[in-house]
Amino acid sequence: MARVGVFICHCGENIGRTVDCAAVAKAAEAFPGVVKSVDYKYMCSDPGQQMIKDAIRDERLTGVVVGACSPRMHEPTFRRAAFEAGLNPYLLEMANLREHCSWVHEDRPVATEKAIDLMRVMVEKVKKNAELRPIRVPVEPTALVIGGGIAGIQAALDIAGGGKKVILVERSPSLGGHMARLSETFPTLDCSQCILTPRMVEAANHPNITLMTYSEVTKVDGFIGNFEVTVRQKARYVDPEKCTGCGACFEKCPAKKIPSEFDAALGNRTAIYRPFPQAVPNKPVIDAEHCIMLTKGKCGICAKVCPTGAIKYDDKDREVIVKVGAIVVATGFELWDHSAYGEYGAGRLEDVINGFQFERLASASGPTTGEIRRPSDGRIAESVVFIQCCGSRDPKRGVPYCSKICCMYTAKHAILYRHKVHHGRAVVFYMDVRAGGKGYDEFVRRAIETEGAEYIRGRVSRIYRRKDGRLVVKGADTLAGRPVEIVADMVVLADAIVPQPGASRLAQMLGVSYDEYGFYSEAHPKLRPVETAKAGVFLAGACQAPKDIPESVAQASAAAAKVLGLFSQPELEREPIVAKVNEVTCVHCRACIQACPYGAIEDKEIKDSKGNLIRTVACVNEGECQGCGTCVAVCRSGSIDLDGFTDEEVLAEIAALE
Amino acid sequence: MTTPIGYYPGCSLHGTGRELDQSIRALAEVAGVDLREIKDWNCCGATAAHSLNHDLAVALPYRTLALAEDQGLAEVLAPCAACFSRLKGTAVRLARDPKLAQKMTEITERPYRGTVRILSIIEFINRLLDAGLEAKLTHPLGGLKVAPYYGCLLARGEDIVDDDPEQPSGMERALVAAGCEVVPWNFAVECCGGGLSMSKTEAVLDLSDAILSDAEDAQADAIVTGCPMCHSNLDMRQRTINAAGRGPHDLPVVYLSEILGLAAGIEPERLGLDRHFVDAMRVAERMTERSA
Repeated sequence: MARVGVFICHCGENIGRTVDCAAVAKAAEAFPGVVKSVDYKYMCSDPGQQMIKDAIRDERLTGVVVGACSPRMHEPTFRRAAFEAGLNPYLLEMANLREHCSWVHEDRPVATEKAIDLMRVMVEKVKKNAELRPIRVPVEPTALVIGGGIAGIQAALDIAGGGKKVILVERSPSLGGHMARLSETFPTLDCSQCILTPRMVEAANHPNITLMTYSEVTKVDGFIGNFEVTVRQKARYVDPEKCTGCGACFEKCPAKKIPSEFDAALGNRTAIYRPFPQAVPNKPVIDAEHCIMLTKGKCGICAKVCPTGAIKYDDKDREVIVKVGAIVVATGFELWDHSAYGEYGAGRLEDVINGFQFERLASASGPTTGEIRRPSDGRIAESVVFIQCCGSRDPKRGVPYCSKICCMYTAKHAILYRHKVHHGRAVVFYMDVRAGGKGYDEFVRRAIETEGAEYIRGRVSRIYRRKDGRLVVKGADTLAGRPVEIVADMVVLADAIVPQPGASRLAQMLGVSYDEYGFYSEAHPKLRPVETAKAGVFLAGACQAPKDIPESVAQASAAAAKVLGLFSQPELEREPIVAKVNEVTCVHCRACIQACPYGAIEDKEIKDSKGNLIRTVACVNEGECQGCGTCVAVCRSGSIDLDGFTDEEVLAEIAALE
Repeated sequence: MTTPIGYYPGCSLHGTGRELDQSIRALAEVAGVDLREIKDWNCCGATAAHSLNHDLAVALPYRTLALAEDQGLAEVLAPCAACFSRLKGTAVRLARDPKLAQKMTEITERPYRGTVRILSIIEFINRLLDAGLEAKLTHPLGGLKVAPYYGCLLARGEDIVDDDPEQPSGMERALVAAGCEVVPWNFAVECCGGGLSMSKTEAVLDLSDAILSDAEDAQADAIVTGCPMCHSNLDMRQRTINAAGRGPHDLPVVYLSEILGLAAGIEPERLGLDRHFVDAMRVAERMTERSA
């Protein structure tokens, strides 16, 4: 005989305001099989949980229904309590009286009636519930890190340092990401390359890290602990085993006028190239789109000059499937394209550049070897205007959010410029200065007070090129309340931070949710900032939101800690909500095998004791089944049922409403 | 095009902007479009009304739109940029705010269902090109370098103008079809001084001087505009600008409809090209005859 306990939570005012919880508890007392029914202000609190535990023991309950919030919120909490009191956790069910009732209704008597119905439904279900045991699945203790910028490198090094294997996949030919392109970093002005390149080398040489550069993730299958990821390794056309990185090939390559991605198109590269001298791995690749040999079939100079015969024009893309237990996504950001701003020249003014281009101009390894020369004619820029919030905080044409790092890097740019051109004028237009962070506001004050940057609060309304080639910048000084006009050699726009192109495609592959801009969503904005809603997939760096280097590194280490935590056990427990095939009645029509979106159903041969095949049936792989129920719906002979949601249980729920 | 298009000349086209009126009507004739002046139209309220009385600023264009609707006109061309902005702006506001429409019905004692579509000079000419005017442009202007000038009203206003307000390009198709070369320049949407022409002429001299100078720097042979106010500031005031020690400028300022009219082979005098303060007849000299 069923002995069911009912526990109604007020959720503070959340449910209690609209639903008469005491009346619901009272009504539930009369349901057949209910032996205890109470209401309480906060059922998820310690005393609330204790109430459930005590009742399980004292009343020898065979089932529990908690009428509270969404099971997504507290089902694990209450099931744990039931388990601790000795009840199989799958004999506890939740009725959602908050999202499904109190939050969406206003009429108290009607909402109370509905709450009673919801309770009756779950009481009838729980009476049919069967004890279930968690499924244990093995964990592949190898992590995949997607993205070889500073966040990806940090996550990989931390996981590898924790003794676990890492596969680090990077789309471009070298590790380093955006940080490798930066000149100096705020707020300490230490050289970006000097602090980054040793970490790149460390990652490449670490015995636990397998590096896959010039590679992209193309498919993700599986689930936490057991992902199967397809990685496409793009053809490099250079055999990395034979190549010594001597550089003879790119010195002689005749296709020299290709805009360099690394130098933000301010410099050129050859068709066979390494992105920058400190690249890791320090071996060139051939850009097939621009290579004369690969496009026109003649040239072959690099193959002729290569002393080790490493050039392979017949190289092909390869797909590799790797098995990993966890994935860290660290795909970073890109800059918004300011050509949408017609008043700033719509991207057509050569001397109006973005932050990355200024970084390359200011970098000792850049196209001007660190001299601030304007792109149009190579003259030293005597006057530079920096414009913050270009595209940021502009819901109409750009993005509504603050890109967060621009106030700091603009201050840095102004300081670097004044260090390099002592007599030069650095003018910064800003909306607000947002310099929260350790040593950050002091850094901005330094730019203004001791480095001579002129800060003007206001927007720029127009930039145009004068007849003599200089730029006229017209704007407003909203503190002085007057228009300003500045003649400049160069304008640096702090373009908004946006996700990498293709970020949403990767998110769909991974099953990770993302916001309207394409930034990946964390599982909880405060309490689970590095997890995603997809178990086993973690976030690091600016793919989640605009972030600076310290924040990206901190989040990468946090993601690594989560991965190491997951890998600390050889197996992990999964919810036993999986489909089961009744082998006696299965007619092997294979409809379920075709319908399963996860490829979790396969053929199973039933043999007699002598090994003769009797018949073949469908069989669900518990490790891969996601419990979606599609197979249950398509099964013609009614031979499949879903544990936790059996036909009997669901029909009992429906019957309770009649 | 067989359906007639309503015509709202406004005060300018009957006065200082007569060339605009003449050239639009001549062009419509070539294109075979029937332009029908709205009977009993009234002032659009530009410059003065909307800075003094918000209700009046809407009521004036409202009455004209109601008349047009009543006279069975589905579309109305308002060649003057200011008239266009007031008429279209009113239509947009009425569509957004039913209460305002109700109030206007009471003030003017006329119903208006909001059925009239208002066309700017640019939209009108592009429409003519769509309807076959392109084939009738028998006298292309031989690569005349022009600086298209939109001023404040032909590129701006959300839901009023469908163009990039900072880098407009609405005139370019027509200019290229007329055989002109559009020069890149910086002052296409800068202010000419507008309504300050009378009250603060000094400001107009400064602003219009900058526009003329930039067009000259861009090596333009002429500035092309669609606004009679801009036209008078840039053309009529050019001599005063020079007299004030700026410039000296000698740059023809012509209407878009005049350029298209020339390319269609209409005599320059019929277009009013001989009525400009700065000699514009030299633009007509660039007409070539396209061999069939």
